[in-house]
Amino acid sequence: MSKQLKSNLITYGIIIAFFAIMQTLVGTGTISSLFKGLLVPICVYTIMAVSLNLTVGILGELSLGHAGFMCVGAFVSAFFSMCMKESGMNSIVRFIIAIILGAIVAAVFGILIGIPVLRLRGDYLAIVTLAFGEIIKNIVNVLYVGKDSSGFHISFTDTASLGLSSDGVVIIKGPQGITGTPNDSTFLIGIIILIITVFIVTNFVTSRSGRAVMAIRDNRIAAESVGINISKYKLMAFAISAGLAGAAGALYAHNLNTLNALPKNFGYNMSIMILVYVVLGGIGSIRGSIIAATILTALPELLRGFSDYRMLIYSIVLIALMLISNSPKAKMFFEKYSIKQLIGTKKAQKEEV
Amino acid sequence: MSFLSYLINGLSLGSVYAIIALGYTMVYGIAKMLNFAHGDVIMVGGFAIYTLMNSMGVNPIIAVLISVVICTALGMAIEKIAYKPLRKASPLAVLITAIGVSYLLQNLALLIFGSDAKLFSSVVSVPAANIGAISITGETIVTIVACIIIMIVLTLFIKKTKAGQAMLAVSEDKEAAELMGINVNATISLTFAIGSGLAAIAGALLCSAYPALTPYTGSMPGIKAFVAAVFGGIGSIPGAFVGGLLLGIIENLSKAYISSQMADAIVFSVLIIVLLVKPTGILGKKISEKV
Amino acid sequence: MALLDVTGLGISFGGLRAVDNFDIHIEKGQLYGLIGPNGAGKTTVFNMLTGVYKPTDGTISLDGKNITGQKTTQINKDGIARTFQNIRLFKELTVLDNVKAGLHNDYPYSTVAGIFRLPSFKKQEKAMDERAMELLEVFDLDKEYDFLASNLPYGKQRKLEIARALATNPKLLLLDEPAAGMNPNETKELMDTIRLIRDKFDMTILLIEHDMKLVSGICEELTVLNFGQVLAQGKTSDVLNNPEVIKAYLGDD
Repeated sequence: MSKQLKSNLITYGIIIAFFAIMQTLVGTGTISSLFKGLLVPICVYTIMAVSLNLTVGILGELSLGHAGFMCVGAFVSAFFSMCMKESGMNSIVRFIIAIILGAIVAAVFGILIGIPVLRLRGDYLAIVTLAFGEIIKNIVNVLYVGKDSSGFHISFTDTASLGLSSDGVVIIKGPQGITGTPNDSTFLIGIIILIITVFIVTNFVTSRSGRAVMAIRDNRIAAESVGINISKYKLMAFAISAGLAGAAGALYAHNLNTLNALPKNFGYNMSIMILVYVVLGGIGSIRGSIIAATILTALPELLRGFSDYRMLIYSIVLIALMLISNSPKAKMFFEKYSIKQLIGTKKAQKEEV
Repeated sequence: MSFLSYLINGLSLGSVYAIIALGYTMVYGIAKMLNFAHGDVIMVGGFAIYTLMNSMGVNPIIAVLISVVICTALGMAIEKIAYKPLRKASPLAVLITAIGVSYLLQNLALLIFGSDAKLFSSVVSVPAANIGAISITGETIVTIVACIIIMIVLTLFIKKTKAGQAMLAVSEDKEAAELMGINVNATISLTFAIGSGLAAIAGALLCSAYPALTPYTGSMPGIKAFVAAVFGGIGSIPGAFVGGLLLGIIENLSKAYISSQMADAIVFSVLIIVLLVKPTGILGKKISEKV
Repeated sequence: MALLDVTGLGISFGGLRAVDNFDIHIEKGQLYGLIGPNGAGKTTVFNMLTGVYKPTDGTISLDGKNITGQKTTQINKDGIARTFQNIRLFKELTVLDNVKAGLHNDYPYSTVAGIFRLPSFKKQEKAMDERAMELLEVFDLDKEYDFLASNLPYGKQRKLEIARALATNPKLLLLDEPAAGMNPNETKELMDTIRLIRDKFDMTILLIEHDMKLVSGICEELTVLNFGQVLAQGKTSDVLNNPEVIKAYLGDD
């Protein structure tokens, strides 16, 4: 237990240190405005990576539709903020409610999607989550929602068919999405949500429910044989993961003036991007997800000097990392010279038993 | 347009999906990996033909043949450099590598050709045919015929040749096949070669029907074909054929009769429904774990 | 009334009748053996008893409760726990956590309590740790409590599987070839452990085994299964001297 606690404290420490350093750099004006603009996205993608790690690393199911839940959270929260914009509600309170609402609705979507999806296995599950992600994105793109004195109007064709009275406003405009979302997201709030996410995920993993989830991951049949309810715990992990992605979506939406569902931000490409963070950070390692997501979000921007070549370099780095980390020779090298081996920690000795 | 012409157009699109899906499904059957870069090989094939025809004035048929050779070599090279060292790695590592290869191909194309859409001139010179009131374009006819020929040749290849039988054996059990003296590495390499060669043909047909060529041209058809392969039962060759055709027809009919913007959502919904009823696809084998 | 009453149990896979008209009655506290040649249907019987397969015919009742056709999870809650022929541990969990996973239903604090570290979490986790360590001590696994299960040597993995099954507090423990892959020394040690479990936990045990030394050494009664049907049943010494049984094991010649 204490080992786990120590590891968690290190993770929190890293996050807070990162925040402090960045705040100082921003305060002294050392970093470019471009990099400053990356601070909230870094929070968004680290939260996405940590939450996806719950599905991929802890539950052991490959999901390629995680961006779909982010999309749900983004639109629900932005919609709420748009509706409450004129109400005179305190902006912090409004934002907190928006985030919670985005997370809850995304979690509900997680449950609705999880019920059919989690019956499938392996690659089939992966492709169906991808399909759900694309469906969500597609539906949002044809969704029109307006508000007038008589209430809300919904249409799947165009603005005109909403049938709004003269005082009505269109809030969600199909492919044009939502415009004018209040820019409530700040680096501080992003870091707080990240810490909450890490808190929820790590504490979940080290509790009875998390243990059940990992037991299912390691051996479904054995987990059943000791009386663990498979569907319940799979669904629970999936829903928590979706809900946290929804919170990330809320943070994302309130960082932009215009929110629309593009392949770039909510398509399968984004889901895959997040998966890359999780795999490179180490499957099941929360701290690894955070570090990988931070570096890889910042990297393409840092490589901007090479503008045309940056995505090319990125892809080569990706392939090289995978090849090196899976090469037996490299593995032997790292095992031989790893810090743990050199100082002869307990863990290193244990492997020999 | 009448129902029949929508259906024929769907069949044509479905034929392209089927040809791409064959590559997906063969590679999956043998290497048990989702080759995400497969769609981008289509794009490479498209650009190869475009360059040969527009810059070098090569005859379309020869351009297609050269593009098949290029893609075949590319497929084998990708397998050798990126996937072969990962044969014993986790499926996730292989998937991420495939994604890396996909990004690599897209960004190389972006560097060389830029992001503007190129106008692809059709490689098909067959005239349109009129059946009653319906006019069928030459591209449609050639695509459907090509798909049928490929299907027949591939089935014969697998049933009648030693190499085809070796493929079946490797997809069934790699270790056992190796013990029986089958060269597993060569067989996997051959599978990638065939799949990538087919992707080049698919690229030529796809770009002839939808002539805007960009570095991302292969991406969505690749995903759709992947869906088609899963739909039909991944690993199954007839499954890829049936899945591809059905997907094309469903996509075109929903565009025509329901909503053109919702077509993708409908296609994906049908996939989900099929998998829920039959978790391993239409023609997929049932797998159960022994306790 | 016996602890386990199975009557007329049968299952077909397609056209194949894997187990037919299988009866068994096990009294509380008994150490019972299920033997038979490979492919006789022994593991299939276990799979039916634990709900992995749904029997086509017959009834299973445990301690007077009809559990036929229930789901595995429910059957475990009703009181049957098992081990597997091919070891099925939670490989990436520690030895301690494997046993704590077995304690899952006895310490039912909520997920919310777990996430927010409420008092019920702290109290129950502590109790779980204590009980799990007690169990590990019985199997001499307590020193390896923080090892990953996959890092244990083979014999200890088998023991851990038994410890995990016992953690669910069953009325009946099913052991599927517990001595498979063990050397004679390990087998002897295992026999002592099985006896110890029976005495210490007042456990009823049904085991499948090929090792005749183990079977004749610890089982009080036996059922012999051949081609899915009961060939002989009764006191161990009687069954093992039954000419039919000898024939089934050694062949006709």
